[in-house]
Amino acid sequence: MTLALKLTDLSKTFPLPKTLFGPEKPGVRAVRPLSLDVQQGETLGIVGESGCGKSTLARMLVGLLEPTTGTIEIEGKAPDTGNPAEFGKLIQYVFQDPISSLNPRKTIRQIMESPLKRLYGMGRRDRAQRIADIFDSVNLREEFLDRYPHEFSGGQAQRIGIARALAAAPRIIILDEPVSALDVSVQAQVLNLLARLRAEFNLTYLFISHDLAVVEAVSDRIVVLYFGAVVEVGKAEEIFANPKHPYTHLLASSAPVVGRPLTAPEQKGTELPDPLNPPPGCAFAGRCPRASDICHRQDPPLERMGDDQFAACHHPL
Amino acid sequence: MNFLALLFRNRLAAMGAVVLSLILALVLITPLLPLVDPDVIDTGNRFKRPFTEGALLGTDHLGRDLLSRLLWGTRLSLAVGFAAAVIAAVIGSAVGIVAGYFGGRVDNVIMRVIDMLMAFPYILLALAIVAALGPGLINALIAVAAVNIPFFARNIRGIAVGLAGREFIDAARLAGMGHMRIMLTELLPNVLPVIIIAMSTTVGWMILETAGLSFLGLGSQPPQADLGSMLGEARAALITAPHTSIVPGVMIFLIVMSINLLGDGVRDALDPRLKSGALSRPMARTKVDRKGPIPAGSDALMDIRELETQFHVKKRVYKAVGGVTLSVRPGECLGVIGESGSGKSVTALSVMGLVASPPGVVTGGAVRLNGEDLLDMPFEKLRQARGDKVAYIFQDPLSTLHPLYKVGDQLVEAIRSHHNVSNREARKKALSLLKDVRIPNAESRLDNYPHEMSGGMRQRVSIAMSLANDPEVIIADEPTTALDVTVQAQILALLDDLRRSRGLAIIFITHDFGVVAQLCDRVAVMYAGRIVEEGPTQEVLDAPAHPYTKRLIACVPELGQGRRELAAIPGLPPVVDNLPEGCAFAPRCDKARDECRMGDVALRGGAPRAGAPRAVRCLFPEEEIA
Repeated sequence: MTLALKLTDLSKTFPLPKTLFGPEKPGVRAVRPLSLDVQQGETLGIVGESGCGKSTLARMLVGLLEPTTGTIEIEGKAPDTGNPAEFGKLIQYVFQDPISSLNPRKTIRQIMESPLKRLYGMGRRDRAQRIADIFDSVNLREEFLDRYPHEFSGGQAQRIGIARALAAAPRIIILDEPVSALDVSVQAQVLNLLARLRAEFNLTYLFISHDLAVVEAVSDRIVVLYFGAVVEVGKAEEIFANPKHPYTHLLASSAPVVGRPLTAPEQKGTELPDPLNPPPGCAFAGRCPRASDICHRQDPPLERMGDDQFAACHHPL
Repeated sequence: MNFLALLFRNRLAAMGAVVLSLILALVLITPLLPLVDPDVIDTGNRFKRPFTEGALLGTDHLGRDLLSRLLWGTRLSLAVGFAAAVIAAVIGSAVGIVAGYFGGRVDNVIMRVIDMLMAFPYILLALAIVAALGPGLINALIAVAAVNIPFFARNIRGIAVGLAGREFIDAARLAGMGHMRIMLTELLPNVLPVIIIAMSTTVGWMILETAGLSFLGLGSQPPQADLGSMLGEARAALITAPHTSIVPGVMIFLIVMSINLLGDGVRDALDPRLKSGALSRPMARTKVDRKGPIPAGSDALMDIRELETQFHVKKRVYKAVGGVTLSVRPGECLGVIGESGSGKSVTALSVMGLVASPPGVVTGGAVRLNGEDLLDMPFEKLRQARGDKVAYIFQDPLSTLHPLYKVGDQLVEAIRSHHNVSNREARKKALSLLKDVRIPNAESRLDNYPHEMSGGMRQRVSIAMSLANDPEVIIADEPTTALDVTVQAQILALLDDLRRSRGLAIIFITHDFGVVAQLCDRVAVMYAGRIVEEGPTQEVLDAPAHPYTKRLIACVPELGQGRRELAAIPGLPPVVDNLPEGCAFAPRCDKARDECRMGDVALRGGAPRAGAPRAVRCLFPEEEIA
């Protein structure tokens, strides 16, 4: 198996505006140094709550944000970070809000044509042929091409978004909450379509979501992010059934499930750590029932626990 | 509706358009008219009155024909005004788009320069520019354009900043477009309506400014006539020969008034909010226009009977809610589940008359609280009941809390609008409410603004606010959809506690079966504006009777089942202005037969109470219900 994506020590720190007086502030560390390998043809799920750095990570991967440190390698090549046009042929992005990711003043044809024109310089006839092929793959009718985005339902618009990503013929597609804006009956249609396309075009997916059940249903491996760092990585069928990190356990037991009685898995009003003033040691220690002294002093490294499972915890479950 | 029809619906704008096109037509054919040369001096015939022979509008202090000077002058003034507007719009919009698109330092530098320009009074700035360049019509044009650039730049930058953060711009960058191309093909088409609006409202102003500079002798130079210089030259004879001032004055008035009226019309017609009917202010309560008989009530605490709510948009009628019957008793939690567009939120909003009217109309049914019909109630009484007897919790707490007031003050306001208590007492109550919803450090949180809190904390504040007046019923519309799962679990546990300890009745609207299963005693499933199934939660989830319920449950992925193909329902829900005859689900249902597509399908089964029989709206249900 070859590596589709290799991240080495990738991190992003957003600088804080300097005040006129007073010392320089350290900045907000949205993503802490993070290393990750993704195999070709794999679907890697990325879960975490709002503010955990999921979207920052995704935007760095497609070159929309320049990383503060680290490198991105896609199939052995290292595109110029911070240049989306160079990334475009290798990696594409499907956005969360299907309607707002389509320019309201352009027809679907214009939207579909721009990656073909700009990235590949295709002629008119080739473009028409390629668009027809892609539309066929995503079950869209060609008559949609001359309509405007507002004429479509969320599910159709998301399929257009997927078709646009496919048009660039990328090796990897980042799916940033691709179904969270859709109704459940439509959500399943889109997820099944994605699974079929992956096999058809031999794609690698990075599937970002906050919905654990959806991620588990589509992923091979899952990465759990907390406060900008990886706290656990493991096989999809294992990680929520046998979590090693207490945070993964908390996530899995918080998801509402039919047939499970309502209990607050976490008592009182705990809040996420303050990114402007990060706590020393493990970021989860303040919410963790197993936290001890060392957790508040030392940041735990990501260690192998079990066959294919890694967790960053001093006191794993 | 097309743009022109929308524009001419506004009478004043239509009048402006007529006057302006008359003037434009006149000045366009001026070179063809048999007019005297405007610059020929004939001092023997100076100050001739209007309507004398050979001079329809009289002559000025040098005996030049006023009609001829007026038409040629208007031609010049209009040309200069429009040219200045176009120049200002092009340069100002370009500056605004660049600043808005790049943001950061570029934005900062550009906008500070613009701020500096705006710090001068416009006429002083224009005078300074003309003084530097020397008098002359072209220089006056440059000055007027320069003075108006900041207006365009600021307006367009504001729009561009919002658009530059949108996802379609990111998508364009990933499609390999460069900055220049993105600004021209992605941003510009989206800001064009704003540019046109800004132009249409400023052209008149710019014509006035040019006239002002000419009046001061800095614009057109003698003997060339424009409206401003005509006025300036007539000033000396204002008393003895008033017509020399009145003629150009009336023309300036007509031009500026017609352009402004038309400009306002254009603005309103292009405003996207107008098309959706937002400029017509909604009434304080939903219009009620019940056609049929009012159904009898029951002894439930809140009793919704055969409620019908429709949206009348032009000729279309959207039947958002088509005869919904629901009821809750104290301490009971009723779940209403459905996909977007199923009418669940409209049902909830109809209860207290919160559906925007127009276009919303309640066309049938009754909503009773303790036996009293809320749809009939005088408005003042309904207003008192809102928040006091029936409270709402909405999905997005950031948009329901006022961003400029501290949360403590908002809680105090909610309490004092219903109860005549002192500020101090209300504050004490607010503090205990925040403690009830388990907000840590409640004392210090009272003085927080909503943006200083996390989403979960804000939603707790909205729950505290809904509890402020000890309501009997809480209607929660997707209250946890925007929250993270760990926070959602806390909020659900909190709501469950509250209803048990306070005997609250909760109507909980959601699309999530997991949430319903954990919180609700009974559940009603809605599809296309009607209830298709209702019953005790456990029974409905274990053995769904309606094919829609069954297949919807199958669509929901559950944790712990591993990687798999998910079940999907092909097709889309129907649009409620064009419902199919018979069962609305029939086109997507694999069990549908011919009978399903004919005639109304009734909700069968007993009036559901907790523990009582279930109801289903299906001819061939999956399960036989008792």
